Amino acid sequence: MVVERSGADILVEALVDLGVEVVFGYPGGAVLPIYDALFRARKIKHILVRHEQAATHAAEGYARSTGKPGVVLVTSGPGATNAITGITDAMLDSIPMVVITGQVPTHLIGSDAFQEADTVGITRHCTKHNYLVKNPALLGATIHEAFHIATSGRPGPVVIDIPKDVQVATAAYSKPGPIQHKTYRPALKADRSAIEQAVDMIAAAERPVLYTGGGVINSGPAAAQLLIELARITGAPVTSTLMGLGAYPASSPQFLGMLGMHGTYEANWAMNQADLIVNIGARFDDRVTGRLDAFAPNSRKIHVDIDRSSINKTVRIDLPIVADAGRAMEDMIRVWKSRQYAKPDLSAWWARIAEWRAKDSLAFPEDEPNGFRGEIMPQRAVRALWEATHARQPIITTEVGQHQMWAAQYFGFELPNKWLTSGGLGTMGYGLPAAIGAQLGNPNALVIDIAGEASIQMNIQELATATQYRLPVKVFILNNEYMGMVRQWQELTYESRYAESYSDSLPDFVRLAEAYGWRGIRIERPDQLDGGIADMLAYDGPVMVDCRVAKLANCFPMIPSGAAHTDMILQANEVSGTMDDEARALV
Amino acid sequence: MHIREEKAERHTLAVIVDNEPGILARIAGLFTARGYNIESLTVSEVTADKSVSRITIVTSASPATLEQIVAQLDRLVPVHRVHDLTAEGPHVERELALVKVRGTGDHRIEALRLADVYRARVVDATTSSFVFEVTGGIEKIDKFVELMAEVGLIEVARTGVVAISRGKDAA
Repeated sequence: MVVERSGADILVEALVDLGVEVVFGYPGGAVLPIYDALFRARKIKHILVRHEQAATHAAEGYARSTGKPGVVLVTSGPGATNAITGITDAMLDSIPMVVITGQVPTHLIGSDAFQEADTVGITRHCTKHNYLVKNPALLGATIHEAFHIATSGRPGPVVIDIPKDVQVATAAYSKPGPIQHKTYRPALKADRSAIEQAVDMIAAAERPVLYTGGGVINSGPAAAQLLIELARITGAPVTSTLMGLGAYPASSPQFLGMLGMHGTYEANWAMNQADLIVNIGARFDDRVTGRLDAFAPNSRKIHVDIDRSSINKTVRIDLPIVADAGRAMEDMIRVWKSRQYAKPDLSAWWARIAEWRAKDSLAFPEDEPNGFRGEIMPQRAVRALWEATHARQPIITTEVGQHQMWAAQYFGFELPNKWLTSGGLGTMGYGLPAAIGAQLGNPNALVIDIAGEASIQMNIQELATATQYRLPVKVFILNNEYMGMVRQWQELTYESRYAESYSDSLPDFVRLAEAYGWRGIRIERPDQLDGGIADMLAYDGPVMVDCRVAKLANCFPMIPSGAAHTDMILQANEVSGTMDDEARALV
Repeated sequence: MHIREEKAERHTLAVIVDNEPGILARIAGLFTARGYNIESLTVSEVTADKSVSRITIVTSASPATLEQIVAQLDRLVPVHRVHDLTAEGPHVERELALVKVRGTGDHRIEALRLADVYRARVVDATTSSFVFEVTGGIEKIDKFVELMAEVGLIEVARTGVVAISRGKDAA
């Protein structure tokens, strides 16, 4: 006779079968049976966050740093709605995540019951797929299918909404074999003739650029190695999106730095002047392309993407390759070698790149006019952090804003899965919970959230989570007392009318940290910077550093919204303070 | 500043989907979320075991947007396949309309004569009204409804377009 178990027990057993070790969650009425099943099973570590949004970001941090799916468990109604921001964040950044939400019992669905929300309706457009499971006999298979969808193809969040009566009702469960989905079959392997054509185009190019993105990281660490090999044999310069940083070593002479709105001069000019752009696992995001009609105008374009809908979405492609980034690169390298192509002579191209590099676009004014004398430049602070920690290959998370861009520009990443940031959605409050998730997945790693004083307050309650689980995460706040990126745009566009961008009534971050059981450190002058960082690293527990930086420093280089790559602002004195309506209407 | 609009052309899509709860909301929602137009949408089960539905969508969009619409639809997990029937070649499109007309005397006779020309069938009649059933392409039905307006049109119910490719292959 088949033994029947409750839906809650089936869920927990399925999670164990799927290798889930950690679940980030928050209990509530509609998930009590699941919490009891977790409690009894004692096989999965549950991390109690302080707000459901943080559970989703922690799961993202865990997923991004380990390559394994992040798992979230929240209750119905407000539990589910609080998770929406993190689910959407995972959608835009292609993070594998499974979110289990409790739901009111099936007979109450649609009756405006207590803590009822239409979770599948609300999450339909911010998930890769979602389920409302009304039949406990289907629960086990649905959970396995959800993990398959979240982790394969272009990864993304999947929501499973489970009514409370389905958690209590009993059914049989057996671990299913490999999933052969009826309709969902992501393309992984590229068309061979397309690969051959791509290789021929790269071999013939005079001014190629490899433009790489998060798809390389999602493909796994082997893909990063393949990218290094592809760059080596082709000799082509490499630039990366924000999401792709770390897939190619920042210290390589072939690396041009990040491209796009706050990318380097050489990366953006190389894109503009290239005759061939090879996009591997990036999606021509508007932060990258700037003005579309002026984007890489004289180049042919190859686009490797696992998601067919990314092809021709904003930029017309000459050669689309729908495939996993790693497998496509593996095939390209094999074809390149079998054709015995020599490394092309790109010396004229590299000579031009050297001229753009000579602009030194990441130089920043230090002890220079503009009232920065005696203040810590935020760029310097990030660089000092890198110098003190890079040998330990830390995992860096960020919030969103100027500090995020400075971290991307000045912290050199050598390895994938070390850089966790909210790219697509741009979610303030991402960094601290993401750091918590990353620390759980990498107990021995040094995990630092480079934060801003405004963003950090959006999920500040998670200080308690780190304390509870003894996670030695570090939060390094670049405190300039402004929502700096908002202020910067107001300087660019609205003649410095600082509407609501001043961070008033800030807490004393040192005492706040101490109140939560953290160590608090304040750094106020340049001569305290290295010592303060050393103190942070020396402490064997969570530390929050309030690093007071130059209040009015801005993030350059910058391509203003709607401008071409060649219209870069390199320094503050090039800012006019006004923009026409076309530019103002862009984000 | 003024907001510019792209030039659009009308295409008929056939979307073959797994018949799961919420599939229609997924499809319709995708169109609103990404700003695509729906001129008409019909849906019905098409297999004996009721596991598969066929959704016919008439949309108007620029060629680049149409390519995106097809790719975005295809990306939805329960979608088996998407056909742009307009782009793929010859196909048949049909719509059915029920047209209610009220009138007496000459109007009544004229309505019947026009119905005959358009091969509309009378499916309900009273001494002062008719309900006509008419099938055909969008333009034929538009024209029939337009003519009925002159002889006492009361209201119209239309099914929206269903379409299928010509020839022996599926789509």
